[in-house]
Amino acid sequence: MRKTILAAVIAAVAGGAAVPVLADPPFDAKDPKYAPYIAGEKRSGYTFAEPETRAMQDDDFSNPGFLWVEEGKKMWSKVDGKAGKACKDCHGDAEKSMKGVGTVYPRFDPHANALLTLEQKINQCRTERMEAQPLKFDSKPYNAIATFVKHQSFGMPFAVQTDGPVAPYFDMGRRLYYERRGMSDVACKHCHEDYWGMHMRTELLSQGMPNGFPQYRLKWQTLGTAQKRIRGCFEEVRAEPYPVDSLENTVLELYATWRANGLRVESPAVRK
Amino acid sequence: MPTPRVKMPATAAKGEVFEVKTTIDHDMESGQRKDKDGKPIPRKIINKFTVTLNGKEVFKADWAAAISANPYCSFFLTATESGTVEFKWQDDDGSVYSTSQAITVS
Repeated sequence: MRKTILAAVIAAVAGGAAVPVLADPPFDAKDPKYAPYIAGEKRSGYTFAEPETRAMQDDDFSNPGFLWVEEGKKMWSKVDGKAGKACKDCHGDAEKSMKGVGTVYPRFDPHANALLTLEQKINQCRTERMEAQPLKFDSKPYNAIATFVKHQSFGMPFAVQTDGPVAPYFDMGRRLYYERRGMSDVACKHCHEDYWGMHMRTELLSQGMPNGFPQYRLKWQTLGTAQKRIRGCFEEVRAEPYPVDSLENTVLELYATWRANGLRVESPAVRK
Repeated sequence: MPTPRVKMPATAAKGEVFEVKTTIDHDMESGQRKDKDGKPIPRKIINKFTVTLNGKEVFKADWAAAISANPYCSFFLTATESGTVEFKWQDDDGSVYSTSQAITVS
């Protein structure tokens, strides 16, 4: 009896029977249902996610990121600060005025004479126009308003500019992207350019496209921004992360977002 | 203050089985973690979730420390009578978050 079982097992292995538990999430570039998540060779993190995670993102109700979108929607029309203004008073209807805004950040801001992420721009608006306190990084309102604004560009392709005044930032971003760092002595490009689709231990490496940020991460059990994720990546390769909103972290976000140019905004995405 | 979200049909035929989806944003602090100074962070979770129709209990769940943040709960109900379905999430600290939705059964 035992011999029969053993023979059957050997036959199954020799016959190349797939072991489903170890299989990568399904993806076929030719399947039209993946079309919104690819642009040429570029693949959104969605295509690297498990089917259960994708299902969670696809349903606006089961997607926990929408809790932040709703919170942000309330903030949009709530008056804050000494100027007695809400976002709505200057920008009107977010569905119209914020459409496409999420596709161009990080962007050079002539007023601040610096490169700003969407979150930094919101805080600039708060301190200068609303005369309110800047929102604290990674706090609930900080993530909520950013997710709400970014969500207005849902489905639109990224179009981050890299020329003109952005050029020096972009060059610095590229340099940092290719620079080896940390105890693992790897650069961003090793995982996300050279070895995507392969495994680092059990981890399936994605192309590192930040088109879903701010996104809900199951590991975090909460929603977070690209700045937070980049710092997480640094810790994973045992490098000292750059401070939040530092020039280095911002130019890295710029370079990573430029790589995703052409992919569509998925905010709020759900990832593992 | 956590914001509850509920999705269910506004109308149903008598005897029809329909799905109710609920979620609420909550940290569900398990009580197992420590803060920067090494002190345990006290447990703060939603420990009870109850659903009533016209004051009559139709669904109840006891939640424990392992339930993830922003708990999502979906279940099925059978349409019997029209009225108000009330959802209540009971927090460890005693506060109750609630929302309600009307249903018309024909």
